[in-house]
Amino acid sequence: MWSELTAQPLFGIALTLCVYLGAQLLYQRLRTPLLTPVAVSIAVIIALLLAFKIPVADYQKGGRFILFLLGPSVVALALPLYNRRAEIYARRGPILAGVLAGALTSIVTASGLAWLLGASKTVVLSMAPKSVTTPIAIGIAEKIGGLPELTAPIVVLTGCLGAMCGPEFCRLIGIRSPAAAGLAVGTAAHGIGTARMLEVDRLSGAVAGLAIGLNGLVTAFLLPLLFLIFS
Amino acid sequence: MLRGMAILLLMQLFGEGLSARFDLPIPGSVLGMGLLLCALLSGWVKPIWIEEAVDLLLAHMALFFVPAGVGVMVYFELISKEWLPISVALILSTFAVMAVTGHIEQALAARKGRHVE
Repeated sequence: MWSELTAQPLFGIALTLCVYLGAQLLYQRLRTPLLTPVAVSIAVIIALLLAFKIPVADYQKGGRFILFLLGPSVVALALPLYNRRAEIYARRGPILAGVLAGALTSIVTASGLAWLLGASKTVVLSMAPKSVTTPIAIGIAEKIGGLPELTAPIVVLTGCLGAMCGPEFCRLIGIRSPAAAGLAVGTAAHGIGTARMLEVDRLSGAVAGLAIGLNGLVTAFLLPLLFLIFS
Repeated sequence: MLRGMAILLLMQLFGEGLSARFDLPIPGSVLGMGLLLCALLSGWVKPIWIEEAVDLLLAHMALFFVPAGVGVMVYFELISKEWLPISVALILSTFAVMAVTGHIEQALAARKGRHVE
C-alpha cells in the first residue's frame, strides 16, 4: 500500500509542501537564521526518504512540478531589477567590480583551500564553480574536468550556507548598504541566497538576482581561462 | 495573474531556445530574465501585467529549490569521501566571497557618492 501512495506524483508535491510549511513554522517560532526553511526542508525530506526506503525517483515524480516553478521565478527577478533600475544603474561600476572580485575570490579560495587541505584533483576542480547557479556550475565543471555529480551538491550546500547566514554575516562585518549585502549574498550563494535576500529587503533581492546572472557570466568565461593558464 | 504567468513562461521559453540554439553556458531562465528586463525597459511589457505573478513566485522562491536540493543530495556519498577539505573550503570560501564582494561594492559606491555631492 505504501509504495502505491508514494508512486503518485501527488506524494512528492504534498510532502514538499507539508515539510516546508512545518519548517517555516519552526523558523517563525525559533527565529534563528540557521534553521532557514529551505535547508531544513531538504534535510528532513532526505531523512524521511531514507528512513522509509522511498526511492528518490518516486519523490521526484511530484518534486519536478515544484522545481518547474523555479524557472519562471528566475525570469521574474527582472521586475524588482526594473523597479529599482535607477539606483542599480547609478551603482553599475561598483556592482561590476564587486562581482568580478567575488568571482575571482570564489574560484581561488574554493579550489586553493581544498588543494591545501589535500583534496584530490577531481574535488579541487569540482569546487571551483561552487558559487555559480547550478546549471552554469555543472557546465563549467564538465569543461574543466570536474565531476558534475560532485559540483551539484557542493553548489546547493553553498547556497544553503549563504541563505542561512548571509544577511547576518554581512551585518556583522559592517556591510550595511542593502545593495552591497544583496550583491554579496547573490554572488556567493546564487539563487538560494537570492531567495533569502528577497525576504529581507526588496533592493537587496533585486541586486542579488542580478548577481546570479553576472557571476554566472564572469565565472563561465574566467574559470576555463584560468584553467588553461594554470594547467 | 494568468497574463503575467504567460509572459514569464514565454520569456523563459525564448531564453531556453536561445541557450540551446547557440549552445550558451547560460541557462534559459537567466537569459529569460535578461529578455524580460529588455521588454520592460523598451515598454513592450507593462510592469502591471506581471506584478501579481511575480510577487507570488518571488514570495515562495525558496520553496522551489527544495526538490532540486533533495535530488542533488543523492550524490552526497561522493562528498563524504573527502568531507573535511570540501566543507572547510566551502565554508571559508563562501564567507570570503561575501566579505570581498560586499565591501568592494560598498566602498566604491560610497566614494562615488562623495564625488557627486
